[in-house]
Amino acid sequence: MTTQKTPLEDSVSQPIAATASGDAPAGPERRHGRSRLTAGQLPKWTPYAVGAGALVLSAAIMALIGFNVAGWVIIGAIAYVVGMYVVTLVKENRRKATDGLWRNLIIGAFLIALVPLISVMWTVIANGWQGITQPGFFASDMQGITGKYDRAAEAGTGPILGGIAHALVGTLLITAAATIISVPIGLLASIYLVEYSNDNVFSKVIRFFVDVMTGIPSIVAGLFAAGFMLAVFKLFGAQPGAQTIGLSAAIALSVIMIPIVVRSTEEMLRVVPNELREASAALGVRKWRTTLKVVLPTAISGIASGVTLAIARVVGETAPILVTAGFTVATNWNLVKDWMMALPVYIYYQLTTPTAPQAPEPSMIRAWGGALVLIILVMLLNLLARAVAKWLAPKTAGR
Amino acid sequence: MTTVTAPSPLTAGEKGRAGDKFFSGLTFAAGALILVVLLFVTLFLVVNAYPALVASPAELTGESFFSYVWPLVLGTLLAAGLALLFATPVAIGVALFISHVAPRKLAKPVGYVIDLLAAIPSVVYGAWGMLFLAPLLVPIYDWLHTYLGWIPLFGDPSATGRTILTASIVLAVMVLPIITALSREIFVQTPKLHEEAALALGATRWEMIKMAVLPFARPGVISAIMLGLGRALGETMAVALVLSSGALGWNLLSEGNNTIPAEIAANFPEASGLRYNELIAAGLALFVITLVVNLAARWIVNRHKEFSGAN
Amino acid sequence: MKLTRIGQAAAVLSIAALGLTACGGSNNPGTSSSGAGTSGSGSGSASGSASASDAPQVTGTLTGSGASSQQSAMAAWAEGADGIKSVQSGLKVQYSPDGSGAGVKKLIAGQVQFAGSDAALDADEQKQVQTFCGPEGAMNIPVYIAPIAVSFKLSGVDKLNLDASTVAKIFSNKITKWNDPAIAALNEGVTLPDAKITPIHRADESGTTDNFTEYLHSAAASDWSWDPAKAWPSDLAGESAAKTSGVVGLAAQTEGSITYADLAAATNLSHASIKVGEEYVVPTEEAAAKIVEASKRVESTNKNDMAVEIDYSNAPAGSYPVTMVSYQIFCQTYKDQNTVDMVKAWGTFVSSQAGQTAAQDEVGSAPLAASISDEAAKAIATITVAK
Repeated sequence: MTTQKTPLEDSVSQPIAATASGDAPAGPERRHGRSRLTAGQLPKWTPYAVGAGALVLSAAIMALIGFNVAGWVIIGAIAYVVGMYVVTLVKENRRKATDGLWRNLIIGAFLIALVPLISVMWTVIANGWQGITQPGFFASDMQGITGKYDRAAEAGTGPILGGIAHALVGTLLITAAATIISVPIGLLASIYLVEYSNDNVFSKVIRFFVDVMTGIPSIVAGLFAAGFMLAVFKLFGAQPGAQTIGLSAAIALSVIMIPIVVRSTEEMLRVVPNELREASAALGVRKWRTTLKVVLPTAISGIASGVTLAIARVVGETAPILVTAGFTVATNWNLVKDWMMALPVYIYYQLTTPTAPQAPEPSMIRAWGGALVLIILVMLLNLLARAVAKWLAPKTAGR
Repeated sequence: MTTVTAPSPLTAGEKGRAGDKFFSGLTFAAGALILVVLLFVTLFLVVNAYPALVASPAELTGESFFSYVWPLVLGTLLAAGLALLFATPVAIGVALFISHVAPRKLAKPVGYVIDLLAAIPSVVYGAWGMLFLAPLLVPIYDWLHTYLGWIPLFGDPSATGRTILTASIVLAVMVLPIITALSREIFVQTPKLHEEAALALGATRWEMIKMAVLPFARPGVISAIMLGLGRALGETMAVALVLSSGALGWNLLSEGNNTIPAEIAANFPEASGLRYNELIAAGLALFVITLVVNLAARWIVNRHKEFSGAN
Repeated sequence: MKLTRIGQAAAVLSIAALGLTACGGSNNPGTSSSGAGTSGSGSGSASGSASASDAPQVTGTLTGSGASSQQSAMAAWAEGADGIKSVQSGLKVQYSPDGSGAGVKKLIAGQVQFAGSDAALDADEQKQVQTFCGPEGAMNIPVYIAPIAVSFKLSGVDKLNLDASTVAKIFSNKITKWNDPAIAALNEGVTLPDAKITPIHRADESGTTDNFTEYLHSAAASDWSWDPAKAWPSDLAGESAAKTSGVVGLAAQTEGSITYADLAAATNLSHASIKVGEEYVVPTEEAAAKIVEASKRVESTNKNDMAVEIDYSNAPAGSYPVTMVSYQIFCQTYKDQNTVDMVKAWGTFVSSQAGQTAAQDEVGSAPLAASISDEAAKAIATITVAK
């Protein structure tokens, strides 16, 4: 592609680019005699024309090597970006062409990102919808659900029984506990880093090791929490095995969550303009009050977003809960007694060890349904975080 | 908002100082607690890894622990590196799109959707990768092999598409929302004055982004990338589900390679005796990798510190 | 602004929708029909009341952990209408499919009362388990027999005869085409396509791989040079997937693939018949049960141990040799009487013909032969309180 265009670009753009990048704003205006404001600009229809040309060119290329839609769109898009750059370069100037090129690339990045994301979303929604619309999906756990019922369901002689009540309860409780443990620790630590440490050695050590902590594989966090809780329970003379509870899973998740909270809130606190702190200090306000009343509210939207991100990250964690909270089919509301199920674990087991090995379809449907619920859950949480942020934020935020 | 009741300077002193002391102590304690937790994790890893590190080679999976772990280390770095290579430019592009290019009406919901995508559990990404993406990539891999087969990276293609490249793409999709969400927050925080000054001097939008937004955001973006890297390095379930694991190899299009977390997750349930210690030791190796990678990242960030707002 | 409000409205709506669906009531069999709440202990179904009277009733929670291969059967035993609740309405059994190794480790640590495992305790583990189980250690009771099918997907071919050495050569990448003379020689009259064979193995360590490689190792020693192990030989390249459902799913979507998996789970695939003596045996539950019945016992320090060692090279006619035996591991002694009662009630039920039939109906596992069932009942009866 580019090799075809280069000679053209060289021969045509050189002289114009020379005049355009020099002191030439007045030049083109007179030549065209259009409105002074729009003179030297491309007409509005240019992108459409270039786009159509790009698609035709792409179709021609595809016709040579065998047509398929994906290839056609991709080559067309590349041709469009290059075409727009060349056209702008020829008709306007190099700076505008660069501007347009980056603009197109940024939009392109966005479109590229959308493809897998929409695909994932679509897979989950299309497969999960059937799950969550099963009667009693949210109210049932998996007690009494055995292969017999699933085989009947796959054969079409019975409904898909069972649901996610136990897993949903477990996920909500475990994640809430993990959040209650991690957010205060993480937030306070990041306040220390930004407001109090003055970049001393200790803060550098914390910052560095927080980064290292983000790299702990989730399963190691789970194994650590299981071992840690076993030791703690032994210390208090509890029966071995009694540490397999929701709280152990919450601690495992906290190990993963704390560094994420610190990382994102620190960044958010850091970008609060110093002028605000100085203004507050100048009014004689104590530093801790400045932090709580000025710095935190200013950064609250970002902090809420960071915390949500952290929750979102751990709410879908499978491995740490797998090794800490056990496996149950009954609903358990108690974080400190008995085994607990969580949605990701539920999804994982339904996918990998279907209730009826001969008829995995109902298990698949339940798994995808669980995944959809998990996503809806995070969506609600996100909205909540936004509402909280809005409620706490100063009324005159920049944007 | 900041309705500060003007305190008498004499009385406020004592009370405020106590509050200040308490609060700074509290924040310090939180920071220290994090280090303590990490210390515990490290201790746990070292204590459990130790038997594998000192065991006689005959009892181990490989010829020695080192020969067992180095292909896994390289595999992990390869998968995470490729994932970042794919994700970073796209993520920064999307973040800029949301913060500076898209109309505000579009930007808000898009940002929201991206946040949501960070929430999709890794096991779902894994299921998506193995059931949907891998079969889709098979013809593309065939094409790559046919036309670019002379590059050693594109050797004989796999029949199932479950390759290290597929795993990297899944990882890239997973870290994309993380990098995007954090970078976007940073981009948005660029001082308005800087942006307007740049525009007023006649800069185009891109020049404004290049000269005002990116330098301001660089440390934040690097941390966002590091967070993404942490996720990619530590990701367990998605890789375990998507990759046909095997020995280390250069060919990205065939089965083979493995990552440390996937190795641990796949083999931990059945592991007994020394094998368990060996897997934990592999976890320790990953820990060391993260340490080294972060040292490098810190060093880069520190060189650009002068742009940050605080202090 | 507007969009946020729409978003909030949507959120409220979806909460409402969730609430409404939740109001639909639970569909759990047993709980909803009897109108009982979802209490942790479970109210049990009324159907088993006849048999419930002849056994002493125990109450409590029994905890186990181990092999995921038993997970589906475990659902039938612990949760099904014909499961433990039909004879012991007060006994609640919870089982975490953590994997055999993890289950044994938890039993050794005393965190669970029994373990499920695809492999019997080895001498080392038998020694370690004595701290929790007392000086006589623990017993391996076979409860779940699963034929491992050599399954393939090849359009136009649904029947295939293979012998051990051919299987070994296929999985060690020595035979790479479906129309290889070695395969054709065993399948006269079958048109084999000139297609690439894609062997698929388990990515995770598993009892299935252990049994499969053990079969190849002892039945085709000259063609399979690797020692049997839970992990696939690391120097043998090939496609892989996690868990049984993973390999089956991958094989089903890959033309020309061949894999090994629990017969019950290998749906949508064709199964090869395996050469035993002079005939080819189709993998069935009965043929699998047959070889277990004919197998020798492993020497053990516990006199009630029932660990079997399948003799692959001398399989009796009509038996299917590629078979996995999964055990439940019980202690010889427990600390208190209630645990002993619970373990006895559970162990006896699971290994009984009623329990085995329940699993067969639900999962398609091979029921234990009556003689083994009886022996298991006798072994479990010896479990006592620690002195």
